[in-house]
Amino acid sequence: MLLEIRDIHVHYGKIAALKGITAAVDEGEIVTLIGANGAGKTTTLKTVSGLRPLSAGSVVFDGEDISRMPGHRRVVAGIGQAPEGRGIFPGMTVEENLLMGAYARKDSPAKELAEAYELFPRLAERKGQAGGTMSGGEQQMLAIGRALVAKPKVLLLDEPSMGLAPMLVQQIFTIIQEINRRGVTVLLVEQNAQQALQIAHRAYVLETGRVVKSAPASELLDDPEVRAAYLGGGSDVREDTPSPEGAPPSEEGAPDLQKKDGPPEAAG
Amino acid sequence: MNLTKKDDGGARSAGWSFDEIRDRWASASGIVRWPVYLLLVVGALFLPSEAIGSFMAPGGSDWPTMLSDQIAIYVLLALGLNVVVGMAGLLDLGYVAFYAVGGYTIASFSTKYGWSFWETLVLAILFSALAGVILGAPTLRLRGDYLAIVTLGFGEIVKRTAANSSYVNGPRGIQDIPHPPTLSEFEILGVQPLKYGLLDSRPYYYLLLLFIIVTIVFVKRMEGSRVGRAWASIREDEDAAELMGVPTFKFKLAAFAIGAAIGGSGGVVFAAKQSSINPNNFEFLVSALILAAVVLGGSGNIPGVILGAFVVAWLPERFRELKDYRMLIFGFVLVLMMVFRPEGLWPSRRRKAELAEGTGGMGSMGAEVAGPESAGTSAEVGK
Repeated sequence: MLLEIRDIHVHYGKIAALKGITAAVDEGEIVTLIGANGAGKTTTLKTVSGLRPLSAGSVVFDGEDISRMPGHRRVVAGIGQAPEGRGIFPGMTVEENLLMGAYARKDSPAKELAEAYELFPRLAERKGQAGGTMSGGEQQMLAIGRALVAKPKVLLLDEPSMGLAPMLVQQIFTIIQEINRRGVTVLLVEQNAQQALQIAHRAYVLETGRVVKSAPASELLDDPEVRAAYLGGGSDVREDTPSPEGAPPSEEGAPDLQKKDGPPEAAG
Repeated sequence: MNLTKKDDGGARSAGWSFDEIRDRWASASGIVRWPVYLLLVVGALFLPSEAIGSFMAPGGSDWPTMLSDQIAIYVLLALGLNVVVGMAGLLDLGYVAFYAVGGYTIASFSTKYGWSFWETLVLAILFSALAGVILGAPTLRLRGDYLAIVTLGFGEIVKRTAANSSYVNGPRGIQDIPHPPTLSEFEILGVQPLKYGLLDSRPYYYLLLLFIIVTIVFVKRMEGSRVGRAWASIREDEDAAELMGVPTFKFKLAAFAIGAAIGGSGGVVFAAKQSSINPNNFEFLVSALILAAVVLGGSGNIPGVILGAFVVAWLPERFRELKDYRMLIFGFVLVLMMVFRPEGLWPSRRRKAELAEGTGGMGSMGAEVAGPESAGTSAEVGK
């Protein structure tokens, strides 16, 4: 396993945000964490990338326990992240943003920079524009491109579809698959469970800080409970609603579940 | 800044803008730049002359004294605080503490152990940088408003400690602080630039000018280096900076130490010029005014910060004849400025873009003030 999350607990003050999450990501996979608001998806990612300290458990990356490693060194180790809300440097140009991705690298990032521009031609057109003045979709592309310039082994994506128009969402997900095909392992956090499950190999369902289900993504797409809770469809409503605010419908309202793509093509 | 594109995202500017000059300046070569720098330095050298003074300080107050005791000190301090606030985006409300550390270092080491001005200067810079690290190490894990409150407390602690410590004579302070060594034989154009005394404001102004130039060169170098990039990224989004592999804590600490060292050097000159100091020289008001200078001028932009410090130090002195009303008017002017030109008198391009993004450009300062343009972005984010 490239990345192993072993029974991690994380607290915000006295409140437990994660109550023992265990998950693993194998090399070459796309793994997604789905769940409602407040389930602990973002906290899990932040703990993996080192932005949140954990109070128990451990994170093992590439065979090394990185639980106590500061965030900036995890980047060097090979963990890249496009953070929640994109985290673009608003005053820097697109190119300067991308080059920040190479901050910790000793070698020249020229090849990865070119690759980012090739994946996102839009960014190439806007090299000199200030990051803060770009549209939401462009900023998301920039956030992903910037994380790739660091040449990560695993890419953590936090809600890349948030606030984007449906067409852009489709485009972003296609690009995530393409990035994965080029050999980058992906750990994807999404509220848009439908889309996420369609491109992922495996998935974990999080509820109030715990993993309640883990299965191949294609299985979860057919799972009646998951469909009712996260895919906004299915007549068989669960008896026990997980949390008061839980189970929001997926963003585009009722998605068409008949369009079953089946499992994603195996990654190279 | 190499933001070469014309579109800066509609950072609204009420009034004039330096954009065009700045763009031309950014692309100017050394041949163009050096004469301008030279001209600025020559202008600064002639600033204390009577002709300028008759306009700047007509009301009988001594213009060179105003320059050395107020304006130049404020410019130096503002340049130091700009490293912390403008470049690294850390809100420090207790900057006066480092000024005090510098002042008290020369005061005690020169009067008790007979150290010379230049010796104590080195020591004071080290001490205040150390004070920056001591304050920063435990507190820089805090962000925004929390950091502001802790630094505010630190400023008070330093002042109270001085007031209650018999080692530095408590509230009476320390007297007979020596001036820098004088060379009175040295004379140019009727001025003795190296003759230091209580009434010799001009030499002190030149001394501060030297400090200011050294500081500008140093800070400018920092800004263009990896350190400057790290600071910019921390200011704009601290979490994202960490995710890019920037050791954010280390660089925040460095910003604190460098800012503190500059503030400390200001304290040394201040103490030597006044030849006596007491805890009341280091009121919270000084921190507030220096911060006002940085923000008013255009935090992060060195020429802007100098302009801001000049205005903050000079305006209340210039209009002394308004007596008690001058602080009221001064406050009112500050409020108007922030309403109509929130990015400061002379902001950098980058800061304007940050402001347009809506974080107020102070990164983790905590106040998520919606910028004028943020309505457009949120419209898209909304589902």
